[in-house]
Parts: sequence; structure tokens; C-alpha cells
Amino acid sequence: MIDFEPIIGMEVHVQLKTESKLFCACAVEYGAEPNSNVCPVCLGLPGVLPVLNARAVELAIKLALALNCQITEYSRFARKHYFYPDLPKGYQITQYQEPLAHSGHLVIDKNRIRIKRIILEEDSGKSIHCGSETLIDFNRCGIPLVEIVTEPDIRSPVQAVEYLRNLRQILQYLDVSDADMEKGHFRCEPNISVRLAGAAFGTRTELKNLNSLRNVRDALEYEIKRQTEILKSGGKVNQETLYWDETKMVTGPMRGKEESEDYRYFPEPDLPPLVITKEEIERIKQELPVMPEKRKEYFIQTLGLPEADAQILVERKSLADYYEAVLRFLWEPRLVANWIISEVGGILNERKITIQELAIAPQSLAKLLAMLKAGEITGTVAKEIFLEMVETKNDPALIVAQKGVTRIDDENLLNSVVDEVLETNPKVVEKYKKGKTTVVSFLVGEVMKKTKGRFSPQKVNEILIKKLSNT
Amino acid sequence: MIANSNSSPKELCDLSITELRNLLINKKITFSDITDSVVHRIEEREKRINGYITLFIDQAKRQARELDLTKEPLTNLPILCGIPIAIKDNILVKDELTTCGSKILANFIAPYDATVIERLRASGAIIIGKTNLDEFAMGSSSETSYFGPVSNPFDCDLVSGGSSGGSAAVVAYGGAIAALGSDTGGSVRQPAAFCGVVGIKPTYGRVSRYGLVAFASSLDQIGQIARTVKDCAILLSVVGGWDEHDSTSVKEDITGILNFESGVSEIKVGIPKEYFVEGLDPKVAQAVDNMIKTLTPYCASVKEISLPHTKYAISAYYLINMAEVSSNLARYDAVKYGYRYQDAKTLRELYEKTRGEGFGQEVKRRIILGAYALSKGYYEEYYGTAQKVRTLIRNDFEEAFKEVDILLTPTSPTVAFRKGEKIADPLTMYLSDIYTVPASLAGLPAISIPCKDKVNNLPVGLQIIGRPFAEKTILSVAHWLEQQ
Repeated sequence: MIDFEPIIGMEVHVQLKTESKLFCACAVEYGAEPNSNVCPVCLGLPGVLPVLNARAVELAIKLALALNCQITEYSRFARKHYFYPDLPKGYQITQYQEPLAHSGHLVIDKNRIRIKRIILEEDSGKSIHCGSETLIDFNRCGIPLVEIVTEPDIRSPVQAVEYLRNLRQILQYLDVSDADMEKGHFRCEPNISVRLAGAAFGTRTELKNLNSLRNVRDALEYEIKRQTEILKSGGKVNQETLYWDETKMVTGPMRGKEESEDYRYFPEPDLPPLVITKEEIERIKQELPVMPEKRKEYFIQTLGLPEADAQILVERKSLADYYEAVLRFLWEPRLVANWIISEVGGILNERKITIQELAIAPQSLAKLLAMLKAGEITGTVAKEIFLEMVETKNDPALIVAQKGVTRIDDENLLNSVVDEVLETNPKVVEKYKKGKTTVVSFLVGEVMKKTKGRFSPQKVNEILIKKLSNT
Repeated sequence: MIANSNSSPKELCDLSITELRNLLINKKITFSDITDSVVHRIEEREKRINGYITLFIDQAKRQARELDLTKEPLTNLPILCGIPIAIKDNILVKDELTTCGSKILANFIAPYDATVIERLRASGAIIIGKTNLDEFAMGSSSETSYFGPVSNPFDCDLVSGGSSGGSAAVVAYGGAIAALGSDTGGSVRQPAAFCGVVGIKPTYGRVSRYGLVAFASSLDQIGQIARTVKDCAILLSVVGGWDEHDSTSVKEDITGILNFESGVSEIKVGIPKEYFVEGLDPKVAQAVDNMIKTLTPYCASVKEISLPHTKYAISAYYLINMAEVSSNLARYDAVKYGYRYQDAKTLRELYEKTRGEGFGQEVKRRIILGAYALSKGYYEEYYGTAQKVRTLIRNDFEEAFKEVDILLTPTSPTVAFRKGEKIADPLTMYLSDIYTVPASLAGLPAISIPCKDKVNNLPVGLQIIGRPFAEKTILSVAHWLEQQ
């Protein structure tokens, strides 16, 4: 059996989170009325000139630094020419021979994926084909993009997806982009070839139309199989751009296949060279937040969280930030982590809201968990109080006081409730006696119901088993 | 001094900005008198000259009447108040046609004002019309316009020069007091020379290009045309200066250029020997030489200097020019504005037919050559080499300006030529820019003023080139020579 190895490189275009476009003052706004955020500059009318958005440069540098890149202190913009109706100037302002940043890397499971270059460029408009007509929305035209290109260092579809997931996380951490794939903030175009292990690189194909990580993985897997079969049967892979068909799950040639492109790049004469000083780079470096990998390590090593928990927390920066904020009021790393992952995370997922929208102050959650930790309330009650907090935004101590749900330790009272439950559920007791010991949890639930969760479940369990064994 | 009007007495439309302002302040004339005089002259001469593509006569008259009603003391009014100014038709004036002399933009209404227009309006100027030009400013004779050629006011069988031929011609015949043109490789200086008026191309970056339809972006600069050096200086001081909309404009002080009446006694003059060689009409050389002789006794020194790479300037200039043309004109694709071929079945056909029919021959020639110069495998050889030559030419000037303050040269190797004489032979046409192109490549300020002597009764231009941002110096010398 001959083994072919995939060689994958990744090109990602990311929309930067700026208020205005790259070369004009038009707003960047998703879902606005078509052609409402446009002006003579982004429409490429005669006589207009571009003026660079300094904020976009700063965001791009932030990203470049987080990806361990070298920043080019003197970079230039270039014009890339091609004719298409949604490209109003007939060229795109991008970077070519002098990119903003280069020679970086990102470590994925101890494998170093080298970043070849990061460039800053403008987005094109959006063509909407309906029937025989094509409509163009120029709102997107001129939105700042960064293009992040790796060396062909990726060796499997899983690793490719891992790389993309990590990259997206970094973008969100830096608050450089929302990196929402569905909204087109994050577009990936992998290139792939296969070779016999150790042999020279084969001919590669480029894949387009991948708007989810799942598509990326499926398309790469398909392409590996396709190329391997071609080579095994003695054929040749064509160098081409292929389009992923999500429904048929195959790659195919692009519609209206492009001719071999010559973009006639040349330095953009309307913009002076982009000069970035060492001081500026240093300043931005100081402002970088802790990156997810470092943070995860801290959560595991110092806070003693299980890896899976640490992973879930760092995946969403806002969640990890919230976690650390709660810790500042209550130093119970594992308890707080459990709660944020299951209870807080559960509500966020269920209601599809962000932690900001949930609007529970870190100190409120800390207060609730402190009561739980001190044994003032039981876990069951704590969950109820939490839901109440979500609804009313009231202070947890206030809710506890109003509801009168502090934990009860009166063993006599508990004994009498347990007796009552055992009397009213003779069939269950019967089952237990026949060896079906799992029914205890049902009985615990019944006791908790009657006592509104004010007894500790452990205690209830203990007493139940004692009584069942004695009868 | 006024073209073809030697015998007739001067009218208001023949006066300078300063003269008109004095008359206004002393209440000898009204604003309407000025506009009426200019309009009257246009009615007399325009038909044969074809200097304007669009005229705003009614608006101009209305504006003048409104100014006449103002209660504000005239001395408080801005410097160009009520002065009719003509604008080359590649500069955008809001809500008016901006055709660039091309079929492809023949119906294009500008949706915004160029920065220079905003500044003219703020200084009270009356925009009297949009002037004719070579299509997209590509040419040296104003013959390639979709709206027909411009005639020289001295002789209608001759060209006005180009590409700002319309602006130079209307200023020469009194159809405007002053005008804006654009100069990429001599397009203000050469027509000014052919029409016997003053034309300045400021340092690259002096005047905002926002709203000037791009031709060759690294060379384009809006220039000023008037009948006196002082009027040029006033116009430049109004429209020049940094603009947030143009990243290549500079924050250098502009008002200082108005202190140009400082004499020439400290000026060191250089005569570049490479400019006085074969191809230069001996009579033109003589007229220029007489100007140099006039200056010599009064300035600090005159010496011959060398600009050794001059002979490569035209080739390098046209390569850079065409490369930028092929890029800048890519936007005329029928999608959003401008001429559109109606029966296209495919996108490709839409592009080909629109651009094939919408652009004239010279424009298409440059787009094709420029695209070729930028294409894969040829870029280094053509565009790359041209950029290197450009650096060498810039260095030549830097070296020269270590020794002298200004350079004196002819503006053009000949006086105005006959219509049709060079239009079929692009290379000969390109060579008529041979003395103006080097300063453009180096981004230097340069002015053309009429020599005292005429050749065959036609004006000859003297070019004065200065250091970057030394407009004041070249204006000083030009003004001094004008007063002799």
C-alpha cells in the first residue's frame, strides 16, 4: 500500500472590526440597506483618492504581533488589476511585494505552522446573481481585510481545521475581527497537494466556497482522495482553483472558469509608503491581551482546572474574562469554572446571548457561589436563585432572604419527610428491595421536591439509604 | 500683450486680478461689468477657438449680480471675489458635466466638487466654464478631444498646445481672467507657451488632486494659467496647500509664495546644456537666449550645468505615464456611469465594446502599451527600468541645485505647430514635451512665461525650474523678467 501525504497551505481573509472603511469614511455595518454605505471614494468615481484608515493598520499590526510576525517598518500598497463589476476601480488596493508583516508562526498541537505574510487590503463589492441579472451591493466595497497566508506546513484536514479554529480564536481575543464565518468575516481558501512521504511537493489545487469549518474538512478530505486516486492511476493533477459543492460533496471547476490571470501589480501612487515606527510596534505589543494558549496553560497549571474545562473557557474570550472577573471576588477556581461552564454557559447557549447581554455582574455571581460554598444554600437552591437573578437582576442575598430558602440542617424534620416519601411510594421501595438500587435517586428527588431543595442532597441520600436498608 | 487684439483698447476681460480688484474697490466698475466683458469676449471669439466644452454664463451673470448687491465693504471680500475663472474639464465641478474630452464621460455629471473648486468657491471666484482638452489630458495639441480641437488664438490654423489647450487659449483671448489646468508632463506649461500666457506647474503635492480625474497619478498636478505671473501666484495660493483627501499633498506653507517681488540679485542661474541641442528651433533658442541675456547682469551668476540623463526622460516618462493610464482608466467599465454599449450579450462584450467605442485612439494606445509594460515578465524591463531612470533624473536635478537656484530652458522646442501636423505621428508629438517632462518626473515646480521676442509672430515660452517647494523663487524670477 503506497501512502500519500497531504501538503496543505491556508489563505484566510479576515474582515477587520473598524468603524469605517479602509480608504474612506463610510460606515462598516453588516446587513445595512444595499448601497447605503457608499461614497464617491469607495465607488471609485473619477477623481477620488484613498486615505488610509489608521485604525485598520493598528488592528492588522496587533494580529501580526499575536502571530509572531515581523512587522515591515516600510511597506507599500499596490494595485491588483482585474475587471469585474463589483470592483469599481478596476483594481483592488492591496499589498504585494512589501507586505505589512511576514515570517510568523502559530503552534498547533506542538506543530509550528509558519505564517508567510499578512497583508492589508480592501474588500470588493458583492455581486448578487438573480436569474439573468446581476445586482451589486457596494456596501462591502472598501471594508478592510487582512490576508493571512501560511507556508504549506499543514499535514491533515484535522490540523487545518485546528489551525483555523485557533486563528479565529486569536482574532476574537484581540478584538480585531468578529471572525463570523456565516457573515463572511472569515473566509478560508486552502491549497492542497499530495505526495509520497519525503518526495517533492506535488501540483496543488486551491479550494473556494468553504463557509464553515466542516466544509473545509470535508473538501480537503475529498481532495486528498481525488488527488491520490489520480496519482495512483498514473495521472496528473491539474493546477486549478476548485469550487466546493456542499450538497454534492465534491470539488469542481469554478463557474465561468477564469483565464490565467495577470494582475499587473504596481505600487499604488496615490498612497505614500506605510511607515510603522519601532515605538508604535512596541506600544501595540504592550496592549496585547494574554493569548488563549497562554491562558489555558495558566488555567490548568495555576488554577488546577481539568484541560477540558480550561479549553471550553478560553474558547470564548468573553467567558474566560468573566471567569477571571468572578475569581477576583471569590477565589474558588474549580467551583466557579464548573458554574460558568454549565450554568452560565447553558443559559448563553439556550438563549443565544452573550455574557454582556446576560448582565449578571461578576460580584453577584461570586456572592451566590460564596453562599453555596459556605453551606448557606444547597446546590439545587443555588441554581434556582441563579435563574431568578437572570430574570430579575436582583441581588442573590435578597432573593434568598425573600424566598426563605436557606439550607435546613434539622435532622428530625428531614427524617419525617423521608418517612412520608417512603410511605407514599411503596412500589419504589419494593423495587429497591429487589436490588434495583438506582431508584434511590428518584426518592431523593421526591424529598427535594417536598423540601424545595433546602436540604443537602448528600444528606438526604445518606438518610434514605439508611432507612431503606433498615426496613 | 493680448492675443490678436493689439489694435483694440484693453477691455475689462483683458485686465489682471489685481487691476480688476482695484477698480472694484474704487467703485469704478461693478462685478457684472467684469462678467459681462468676459461673456462678450467669449461670444466674439469662442466659436473659432473651441476652448470651452461647457459654459455657465447664466450662473456667472447671476453670481455677479448677487455680488453687486452685497453690502459688505469690498475690501473684506475674498481675493478672487467676482473673478471669472475657467476650469479644465478633467476637474470636477459639482452637478456639472465633467467630460475629460472623452465620449466615455460625455454624459458624466460630477457628484462632488474637487478640493480646488471648493477653495475657489470659498475665495469668491466665479466658475465661468469647463475648458477643452486632449482626451483625458493625453496629448500635446488639444486635438484628441471628443469635442473637437482647440485653435490657437494667434492663428486658428495652429494648435493651442495641450493638453490644457482650452484653458490656455481662453485666458489668452480674454474668455476668462485665469484658469486651472493640469500638468502631467507639460500640459500647463506647453500650451501656455503656445498661447503666450503664464502657466505654472507647482511641486508635486502642492495642490490637492482630489477631484482631478486621474491620468498618471505620480505625475499629475493641477496648474494655474493667467496673463500675469502675479495672477498665477494668487490662484496657486488660493487652491494650493494640504488637503486631508489627498494623501500625497504636503503640509508645506503655501501663502509664503506671494512674497515673490524680492528681486533676482541673489539668484544663481543654471543653463542645462542638454536642453539646447538638435531638435530645438534656432529661433526659439535665440528668443530664450535673449531672456537669459536680459537677466544675466542683474542676477548673482549664470552658468552652464549638466543634466546627463535628460535623453532618457521621454522614454521613462511615457512608460510610467502609460502604465498608470492603463490602471487609472480601468474604472470606465459602463457599470456605474459614463458611456455604455447597449447591446452586449456578455460581460466581456460589454467591456470590449464600451471601452472600444468610448475611448479615442491615443487613449487606447496608451492603455494597451501601459498594460503591456506592467504585464508579467515585462514589468522589470519596462516599468522597473523607467522607475530607475526616474530616480537618476531626480538625482541630476539634485546635483544641479547644489550649484544653482533655478534652471532656465525653453518650454518647448518649437512654437505652435499646425493642426494635423503631428497627430498621425505619436513619437513626434511626444517629443514636443521633451523640455517639460524632466521636471515632472522629478516633481519639481516649473513655470512658463512668454519671451520678449516672438518667432514668426508667435509666442515663445521660457521655462524656469526650481527646487522642490521653491515656487516663490521661480515666481520671483518670472515676475522680474515680466517687468522688463
